[in-house]
Amino acid sequence: MKLKRALLLAIVAIAAVLAGCEPLTVLNPKGPQAEVQANDIMMSIWLMSGIVIVVFAMLAYMLIKFRSSKQGKDYEPPHIEGNKWVEAVCVGIPVLIVAYLSFVSVQSNYKVEATPPGYEDKEPLVVYASSSNWKWHFSYPEEDIETVNYLYIPTDRALEFKLYSFGPITSFWIPQLGGQKYAMADMVTTLHLAADHPGEFMGRNANFSGKGFAENTFDVTAMSPVEFEEWVDEVHQTADPITEDKFEELLEPGHLGKMTFTGTHLDFSPAPEGHEHHQSNDEDSEENHENHDEHEGHSDHSSH
Amino acid sequence: MEFFERFAIPHPSPAIYASMVAIAIVSIAIVVGITYFKKWGYLWREWLTTVDHKRLGIMYIIAAILMLFRGGADAIMMRAQLSAPENKLLDAQHYNEIFTTHGVVMILFMAMPFIIGFMNFVVPLQIGARDVAFPRLNALSFWLFFAGAMLFNISFVIGGSPDAGWTSYFPLADNEFSTSVGTNYYMIAIQIAGLGTLATGINFMTTILKMRAPGMTLMKMPMFTWSALITNVIIVFAFPVLTVALAMGTLDRLFGTHFFASTNGGMDMLWANLFWVWGHPEVYILILPAFGIYSEVISTFARRNLYGYKSMVASMVIISLLSFVVWVHHFFTMGQGAFVNSIFSITTMAIAVPTGVKIFNWLLTLYKGKITMTTPMLYSMLFIPLFTLGGVTGVMLGMSAADYQYHNTMFLVAHFHMVIIPGVVFAMLAALYYYWPKMFGFMLNDRLGKIGAWIIAIGTLVAFMPMFISGLDGQARRMYTYSEASGFGIWNMISMVGALMLAAGFALIVYNIYYSFRYAPRDIGSDPWDARTLEWATHTPVPEYNFATMPKIDSYETFWDSKKKGTPLFPDKIEKIHMPNNSGIPFIMGIIFFMWGFSFVFAMWIPLIICTLGIFACMAYQSFENDHGRYISIEEIEETEKELGGKR
Repeated sequence: MKLKRALLLAIVAIAAVLAGCEPLTVLNPKGPQAEVQANDIMMSIWLMSGIVIVVFAMLAYMLIKFRSSKQGKDYEPPHIEGNKWVEAVCVGIPVLIVAYLSFVSVQSNYKVEATPPGYEDKEPLVVYASSSNWKWHFSYPEEDIETVNYLYIPTDRALEFKLYSFGPITSFWIPQLGGQKYAMADMVTTLHLAADHPGEFMGRNANFSGKGFAENTFDVTAMSPVEFEEWVDEVHQTADPITEDKFEELLEPGHLGKMTFTGTHLDFSPAPEGHEHHQSNDEDSEENHENHDEHEGHSDHSSH
Repeated sequence: MEFFERFAIPHPSPAIYASMVAIAIVSIAIVVGITYFKKWGYLWREWLTTVDHKRLGIMYIIAAILMLFRGGADAIMMRAQLSAPENKLLDAQHYNEIFTTHGVVMILFMAMPFIIGFMNFVVPLQIGARDVAFPRLNALSFWLFFAGAMLFNISFVIGGSPDAGWTSYFPLADNEFSTSVGTNYYMIAIQIAGLGTLATGINFMTTILKMRAPGMTLMKMPMFTWSALITNVIIVFAFPVLTVALAMGTLDRLFGTHFFASTNGGMDMLWANLFWVWGHPEVYILILPAFGIYSEVISTFARRNLYGYKSMVASMVIISLLSFVVWVHHFFTMGQGAFVNSIFSITTMAIAVPTGVKIFNWLLTLYKGKITMTTPMLYSMLFIPLFTLGGVTGVMLGMSAADYQYHNTMFLVAHFHMVIIPGVVFAMLAALYYYWPKMFGFMLNDRLGKIGAWIIAIGTLVAFMPMFISGLDGQARRMYTYSEASGFGIWNMISMVGALMLAAGFALIVYNIYYSFRYAPRDIGSDPWDARTLEWATHTPVPEYNFATMPKIDSYETFWDSKKKGTPLFPDKIEKIHMPNNSGIPFIMGIIFFMWGFSFVFAMWIPLIICTLGIFACMAYQSFENDHGRYISIEEIEETEKELGGKR
């Protein structure tokens, strides 16, 4: 039967997602946030597969059982208005499923918007990640370092990315460490991530931003705290300082390779932090408050 | 010469030049053909000036099918470019323009007119009305839509297409980053078509609320009419938001304001919010009429009344309300924090409940039925499993924390194609097969129809299921190329095969139309499907006045009852019928609006002012014209009725 074939194909396709020849990037998490998300995804895939199977089974049953070829010639289908018990089940079960998913969803929301558990003992490493057409600039205020198109991170500390853009809206995404968040020109958003193990990951801008969008990627290397310290020292010894002129040059539209500087552009071109979106669990709201005064002339939507 | 430079395309390619030539040749061929066959008078009298809802409906549907092929050509080019890693078929700019026009054309100039076309054709017949409430406004709606659609379509040969995505997010869509006139086309063409849609919304809301046949209370309306009513209420509430957003976008691009700019106090997030405050209800504007079509088709071919009529109505009302409170799920990742995301995550997933109720009601309509598998029924039965796959992935996307991983990826692209194609496109194809005999007096071949349905359904799965996988593997949407190392190649190659199957399926539908036109029998009567609702109670072809006398309604399946129990459906005697006159004004206004939009796109202010004056002149003429319509005499009606097979 053709219908069966179609159903089979659909199931095979789902199975391919579930099994996967090798683990799919998003389902192969290397950090606590990505793990929360991967768990939610797998849980919902299983739950949804159940619903899909119920619907498919009901459809197959109806189509096989009530075909006109199976019915007598004089068979007249009855008039059935509806049954409150049947309809209560049709509403009740989806409500229960949605309620459960909502419960999980809300919990996960608060997890991914906070410093991941197990990393609270150390101050998170703050990295300002700003995009320009079509590059990523990473500023480490604490280390006084700036890189272009690559990111070195230690594995022992939570990461707090402060995202903004020198142009169109972009989206900062390192799938194996956690989901994405927008970088915009008029405000700073915060993305909480952490890497559990050393390794190399793909990072990219996920939000369409024009001609060079496809190549708007960066490399992420997670390393032990010792190696990270070594790298910081090495940069301070070898790299040139970033200047305002140099930075203006970097902002020109186009693609660049990896670059390393000492100092950060934040000194002469500060992030638009006065406009930071008010987040319910934002631990830095006081800090933002101080910056807020400098930007008073601008329209401001955050409710400090 | 300098003046004309603005019309040049910024990124020409041989394909575009070939298209220019093809457009020119086809246009000349049409003009020559109509002149040769002396059809100008016929065209003007019967179609261009018509205010008849049936003809306008057919014109909407023809336009929608044309746009389906335009949008489909874009889709094939995109899939071809992505079918292999580092493919050089299209460059980034060209790819960006194509996915932008694909989205806009498919949503606004294919799905919308398809739906509005069927609403036009079917709703007045289903409620026993002679026409819509405002027939001339209805004609104006069509011509505004058509002007907008044509204006948008010429962008790729004159001046360049929009290239900022169908969502056209600012500041990417602002002059700084989108330098061609493309996004002007987007702002103006959608604005013109959107005005037409808004007028349609008002028109059909009035029609359904005020013009139902005697005895047809709201809860005795056929389900498609219910869906149309709710859809038009959504249109009336949602489209003004789009109108305002597009006007602000136009001001930003052409008059130097900074509503959405990232400098001088503008806010890019405002566009995203306004766009989706319209955009999400728009999704339900598309899907609810489709649900209405499925309700009619499934009940007809299960030979049973629709299960749970009241809960069907209730679920649509709930969906329409929820559709206005979920827009933030389009940008969970914009940094609004856990609390806001949680609220919108819950409202989003809540939509699954009424939608699930509808799915179960359709399944239960099959229960104890007598199912005949015609082409429209096959599309409906393929819709249920495929749409369920699309729907459950929608619930997954509604989990906002996980959405940080799905957002902007092929997973999302797979999801919305798996709801829009089985949901909307299958419904429109089912409706095309279902209402074809009523529209044209012959049936489309069932065998070819079913083969086409299977090809399209399997093509949909093959084209879009792999995208779920490549999305979870990290393929972002709207990338014009990817590296071989990414491993996306195989999934995109499979997608390409599916896209070609879809193309073959649609080509088969066109062939079926040709084949059936030539060979199908014409003596099919007025009720070939043994259907249940009022539109099948009148003659085929439908006389211009629809019903010689008003039907008397006492249930939501009065026609079925009259067939089974013999209750008289048309008890009244024939009286003279009041009908509206044709009018050339809507067509002329459509042309002026097209020129107005074109002048606006290229900031040619003097022609713009002239066109604006022309529009107002048309409106003034319309307002002061003394036209009270005309009467069709009893003799004339009796003659028509006799010719069409007696009074039913």
